[in-house]
Amino acid sequence: MFNASLKQLSIQLAGKKISSTELTSEFLQRIQQLNPEYNAFITVNEELSLAQARAADQMIAAGQAGPLTGIPIAQKDIFCAKGWLTTCGSKMLSNFVSPYDAGVIERFNQAGAVNIGKTNMDEFAMGSSNETSYYGPVKNPWDHAAVPGGSSGGAACAVAARLACAATGTDTGGSIRQPAALCGISGIKPTYGLVSRYGMIAFASSLDQGGPMAKSAEDLALLLNVMVGFDARDSTSLQREAEDYARDLQKPLTGLRIGLPKEYFAAGMSNDVASAIEKALDEYRKLGAQTVEISLPNAPLAIPVYYVLAPAEASSNLSRFDGVRYGHRAESYSDLADMYRKSRAQGFGPEVKRRILIGTYVLSHGYYDAYYIKAQKLRRLIAQDFADAYQQCDIIMGPTTPTVAFNLGEKSGDPIQMYLSDIYTSAANLTGMPAMSIPVGFGDKNRPIGLHIIGNYFKEAQMLNVAHQYQLATDWHNQSPV
Amino acid sequence: MQWEIVIGLEVHAQLSTHSKIFSGASTAYGAPPNTQASVIDLALPGVLPVLNKGAVERAIKFGLSVGAKINSPSIFARKNYFYPDLPKGYQISQYELPVVQGGTIAIQIDGAEKTIHLTRAHLEEDAGKSLHEDFHGMSGIDLNRAGTPLLEIVSEPDMRSSAEAVAYAKTLHALVRWIGICDGNMQEGSFRCDANVSVRPRGTEKLGTRCEIKNLNSFRFLEKAIDYEARRQIEILEDGGAIRQETRLYDANKDETRTMRTKEDANDYRYFPDPDLLPVEISASWIEQVKSALPELPQARRDRYVAEFGLSAYDAAVLTASRETADYFEAVVKQLPAQAKLCANWIMGDINGQLNKEGIDISACPVKPSQLAALLTRIGDGTISGKAAKTVFESLWNGELDKNVDAIIAAKGLKQISDDSAIEKIVDQVIAANAQQVADYRAGKEKAFNSLVGQIMKATQGKANPAQVNAILKKKLDS
Repeated sequence: MFNASLKQLSIQLAGKKISSTELTSEFLQRIQQLNPEYNAFITVNEELSLAQARAADQMIAAGQAGPLTGIPIAQKDIFCAKGWLTTCGSKMLSNFVSPYDAGVIERFNQAGAVNIGKTNMDEFAMGSSNETSYYGPVKNPWDHAAVPGGSSGGAACAVAARLACAATGTDTGGSIRQPAALCGISGIKPTYGLVSRYGMIAFASSLDQGGPMAKSAEDLALLLNVMVGFDARDSTSLQREAEDYARDLQKPLTGLRIGLPKEYFAAGMSNDVASAIEKALDEYRKLGAQTVEISLPNAPLAIPVYYVLAPAEASSNLSRFDGVRYGHRAESYSDLADMYRKSRAQGFGPEVKRRILIGTYVLSHGYYDAYYIKAQKLRRLIAQDFADAYQQCDIIMGPTTPTVAFNLGEKSGDPIQMYLSDIYTSAANLTGMPAMSIPVGFGDKNRPIGLHIIGNYFKEAQMLNVAHQYQLATDWHNQSPV
Repeated sequence: MQWEIVIGLEVHAQLSTHSKIFSGASTAYGAPPNTQASVIDLALPGVLPVLNKGAVERAIKFGLSVGAKINSPSIFARKNYFYPDLPKGYQISQYELPVVQGGTIAIQIDGAEKTIHLTRAHLEEDAGKSLHEDFHGMSGIDLNRAGTPLLEIVSEPDMRSSAEAVAYAKTLHALVRWIGICDGNMQEGSFRCDANVSVRPRGTEKLGTRCEIKNLNSFRFLEKAIDYEARRQIEILEDGGAIRQETRLYDANKDETRTMRTKEDANDYRYFPDPDLLPVEISASWIEQVKSALPELPQARRDRYVAEFGLSAYDAAVLTASRETADYFEAVVKQLPAQAKLCANWIMGDINGQLNKEGIDISACPVKPSQLAALLTRIGDGTISGKAAKTVFESLWNGELDKNVDAIIAAKGLKQISDDSAIEKIVDQVIAANAQQVADYRAGKEKAFNSLVGQIMKATQGKANPAQVNAILKKKLDS
């Protein structure tokens, strides 16, 4: 049952082979058993989860069920959920019980899905290893010495370790795709603006995008069908006609032109990753696709551009955490400035502080033009590179990460090395393009490897088709660490 | 040395939208603390702003009223600083590309018109309120006001005296009320002024170092604060000192300004475009739509009153001080087009006087335009004298006899005697009874004439038409 896909469980629930209450209880039990080892969840609330499960069973009995009704889904602790502790992985919000639902949570609730718990994450989504979480690191289910990736590390671990049928993540520079790759699961960051950011605690507003993480592309399609939709409460939400992301899953890939950016197949990628990616591309050629070399000349600038813009926005977004209205406030302080200073010094971890400092610096008088404005200009050039590339190909592929999962503690003392984990992924956030990762094998120490698939704007259905056809032909996505 | 005062004003006009600029919470004044603060106003984690179209529309309205350029796109930016009544740790404002750029306002000063140039007007959200009393060593925060839409209207340093600054502020105040974008209530903080004041030797070009005086919430304080501040700066300079650029507060009780913060401890606000709000495209058709819905503006009405009714520029300015006054005047004059000056005099005199005395607005005036017109008609057709009209007006004001002018005239017996033969009869009686005065008059004592008129008026209990009395008496005496 724990290995079943979302689609299979959905069929079983609809056929009343199992009730959501039973399913939810089973998952809760498994979480209770295994979470102390993995630390994938920050909050589990059996009462709230089971209440949703019972409601789902009623929906099913009343014949009002959709594909997600009754399915236990783990929610990243960045999404505000009414009545749930919502910490964003930070001491700052370690006492914050949200009085409202995020747009994404509302959509899952309306679909009858069960929130099985809130997953661990890097503090305020700032990190690539889940080690910056106030609630401690998460283990990679494939190798407990390895990081699960981040920032959606708890989500990736929960799906890989079969603690939830699927999970939500958010992706600002690779936070869905990198942990998906490192944990051997599938994850997609949709086009910016498709998934509501309302109630999704902001890290970098112009880059943040929520998306699903699951065992297969087919499951991702079902999840996207629920997660995507206009939300008037988010001014950057796109008003588009609804589409069925599963509609193209069965299309053959004959004639598909896959672009391979030479900049992503250069030094920096380890041999085990290179060979797994090459094998995956061979498989695509067998499926009828052709590969063409393309160039994204400005792609190597994505990391420096990202590390100007993301901290700039973050430094401002995190100003609201001041200890005045909610969240952590220092116990003793001498005056207002001291209250701010102590509350924020105590409430934020070192990585968050580092990014607030970087962001404050690049927005400062006299530096703004040199950093922020220049980075925005480069961002436009990077987007232009992709637009040019799509003249020659339909979809772009490469490695999701340069190496397999590194060891816990290996990079936590070296921020630059840590930042380079997102070397292939951050461009999709800067351009707003959809991108996903699917498992394509194992490398060093038998740790998973992800294939990065970048699509043009709104090409999610095509990307899922491309991923699904590969998953029909291969078995990597069905491999389980447990 | 002769000094010249240079003043620029920043006015925060609270826009009259029902809901806040980035949330759906109410903007109504005076609710219990924090009852009008939504999750967005409280800046809970994850919430996002959505721009209130009505606020943008009001800004456009203002821009069109002052002949400004409307920027499209217009961009919202974050102004970052920490304060407990600023929930997000930044204020959403505009930096580059405000909705309104440029424009002018004409003010009347010493009987002449002067043009004040505007730099810009931008939209922004108000902060909440810190309450320092009643909390025993702690402060309270009321976020009802947080997110209230403001239009910050920034002038060029075009004013040269506190009188000009006040005239500008009053004209602006009238304008924002006129076009219906702000209720102008200064006690409730709907219209607040900051004044930038500097001085320079008369005849020189270079601007002196300026000080900004914050939060002047009455025209009187504006005037007094500028006068005090200019005196202070001149004294320092005449003593050989230098002005320090700073922000100052005006203390109305002591009638002085004092340092609030110096340039050195000024914040670096780290403005950058708000990534939660997209650039606002203001289409030509939207601007056209707003333009077509604009009322006739004060300046246009002033010009029309002079041209159409032959009023003086002064009268026209007084009548257009508020849209309600101007509308009142128009409603009256519509019924007495030939008597515009009479209408103007009554509104500027009796009506305004009584309104001021009782502290009520013309929109609540107990004498309606139709009633005043009825009264003025009876003066015009000679039914009553100007003096009797004052009595009728008082009765109208007090709501007597259903405010029916003719009924009041009849009931009070105020109708003039305008019948020549009736007046002649009385004139003859008075001449007969006052031989001495008649003789005096004929001997060249003009005063005796007035005495005779007085006798006649007394005999008619003041009801005789004075013009007729004068004419008949003169005719009889001179014949």
